[in-house]
Amino acid sequence: MNMAVKPADANDGRANAPEVMLDISNISLSFGGVHAIKDVSFNIHKGEIRAIIGPNGAGKTSMLNVINGFYHPQVGEITFKGNTRTQMRPYVAATQGIARTFQNVALFHGMSTLDNIMSGRTLKMHKNFFWQMLRYGPAMQEEVEHRERVEEIIDFLEIQHIRRTPVGRLPYGLQKRVELARALAMEPELLLLDEPMAGMNLEEKEDMSRFILDVNDQFGTTIALIEHDMGVVMDLSTRVVVLDHGEKIADGTPAEVSSDQNVIDAYLGVAH
Amino acid sequence: MFYREVGQFKTNYTADSQVFPILQDKLGIIAMLVIAYLIIPLAGNDFFITTVMIPFLVFTLATIGLNILVGYTGQLSLGTGAFMGVGAYSCYKLTTIFPDVNIIIMVLLSGFFAAAIGILFGLPSLRIKGFYLAVTTLAAQFFLEWAFIRIPWLYNYNASGAIEVPQRDGFGGVVLAGAAAEPVTRYLVVLSIVLAMTWVASNIIRGRIGRSWMMIRDMDIAAELMGVRPLYAKLSAFAVSSFYCGVAGAMGVFFWLGAAEVESFDINHSFLFLFMAIIGGLGSLIGCYMGAAFIWILPIIIRALPGALGLDINAATVEHINFMMIGGMIIFFLIVEPHGLARLWQIAKEKLRTWPFPYS
Ligand SMILES: Nc1ncnc2c1ncn2[C@@H]1O[C@H](COP(=O)(O)OP(=O)(O)O)[C@@H](O)[C@H]1O
Ligand SMILES: [Mg+2]
Repeated sequence: MNMAVKPADANDGRANAPEVMLDISNISLSFGGVHAIKDVSFNIHKGEIRAIIGPNGAGKTSMLNVINGFYHPQVGEITFKGNTRTQMRPYVAATQGIARTFQNVALFHGMSTLDNIMSGRTLKMHKNFFWQMLRYGPAMQEEVEHRERVEEIIDFLEIQHIRRTPVGRLPYGLQKRVELARALAMEPELLLLDEPMAGMNLEEKEDMSRFILDVNDQFGTTIALIEHDMGVVMDLSTRVVVLDHGEKIADGTPAEVSSDQNVIDAYLGVAH
Repeated sequence: MFYREVGQFKTNYTADSQVFPILQDKLGIIAMLVIAYLIIPLAGNDFFITTVMIPFLVFTLATIGLNILVGYTGQLSLGTGAFMGVGAYSCYKLTTIFPDVNIIIMVLLSGFFAAAIGILFGLPSLRIKGFYLAVTTLAAQFFLEWAFIRIPWLYNYNASGAIEVPQRDGFGGVVLAGAAAEPVTRYLVVLSIVLAMTWVASNIIRGRIGRSWMMIRDMDIAAELMGVRPLYAKLSAFAVSSFYCGVAGAMGVFFWLGAAEVESFDINHSFLFLFMAIIGGLGSLIGCYMGAAFIWILPIIIRALPGALGLDINAATVEHINFMMIGGMIIFFLIVEPHGLARLWQIAKEKLRTWPFPYS
């Protein structure tokens, strides 16, 4: 029967052409005379962990800002889940399922851990002003429902003990974790992590790596990860794109990228 | 009795999100309510009720309104006085046009007019922040003051240029407003409105809308990336804030002053409420009560003190002492405890909770 032939074919097809969740095409971004990104194209597959690496000032953060609509590139197109656009508001990116964390923690400092994470549920809460005023009936029910989701995330990231603490009082490593929790509370399809392990000690890095893998594994979240530690990148990522001075200099599996001469030069600071 | 939550377990998230989770706090609140609703009406004389309690409550509500904007949403405003004026003049026009409608309803309705004006003058906040925004609210303040003088229709073409509260009855013949209204009646009306609106404010603040305000306050860029639309968050804060100020303004005229002209809503009042919000604590509702009490009641005590102690200090000197004290306190709080009296209160409670074994 053709059953014997077809499935093999289909499997092959899937392995060769995974579903593209985000496609970045010929993006250029400049600030006045500074060219932060120069004609960069790459894509992110559904379900993968895609690392973006490169020396300081390479344009990595700018790239995340382009993806979630905070920066508007002068040239190029972005296709997310099949919709192509050149610009959009961060709010729209959020509604489409893109969440992120920041290189310099951007938590809501006047709020508790719990409220910070609850803030990730904003888009999923709809009860109107009238019910909110009374905090009763549907509004209270909604609040409790989302609190339950948030508590799951709190358990998942093991931050029960700091639930009530104002985030400003937390040590840096925990702040990073709360920021991840807040992004997870959005239940994003694409999660952008900007140096989630910067400034952490080894143990904290290991915890964070474990959480990132678990998020990818258990929730099936697609992740774009900016990271400097090559060890972490090798361990976590499916594919790596390397930027240097705003240009893409390599793109491939961690093994391919780490043996690439351009990458080695860029990291060792060889002039080209 | 120890102030702590040992043995008071929360078994669901509704209970866990109460305003006063600790039993001792609840008892404290009940005691305050008994004082406010029973003891003061029974034991307080007219002077105390009219000069101390009613303005204290009116100012508290205005401070809550301002605090929603400044303390919770991070948008500096110097237009509080004018927004109160919008409420007062609206209420005056409403009750002129519909004299038979209960004045309490009109007071609450006038908040919507203030809210509309608040939204209008809140529009610049979408583009500008901080001091620049403060300057545009200052423009609102001056424009509205001008309107209160130049549009005689607002004060029914009275020769005095003032609005004078007509007598208004409700609830089967009780005089609620006007010269014939009993201070206790006015006090109970104001108290109930202020408490109800405080409760509503605390509900809004703890829910999605309040969180979106605080997100904008703490980090507006991140807020937008989490799905808060700055337009909605800021304008809703302006609307709710101005609603509160408007109701406070209307109450101030109808249940306290009895008559008012533009001076009752001038820039000095805007600053007064800003001081109350800062001293009480930005971003705290209980702080609004503390700030209003501090700035309104303390000077009254100081004024009464020389007489009570038999000292002969002239009134002007006492006023100077008042100004110096309040000025000093503002500077003290800005430097030492920017979160105001409410924060000091919270620290005291935290200490009490672990007392006498702070490290256990
Ligand atoms: N908002 C901005 N205004 C001006 N220049 C910027 C801005 N954001 C980034 N840049 C510039 O773009 C370049 C890339 O920065 P960035 O994306 O932060 O690099 P990376 O995250 O890889 O270290 C740098 O030269 C930086 O100065
Ligand atoms: Mg960066």
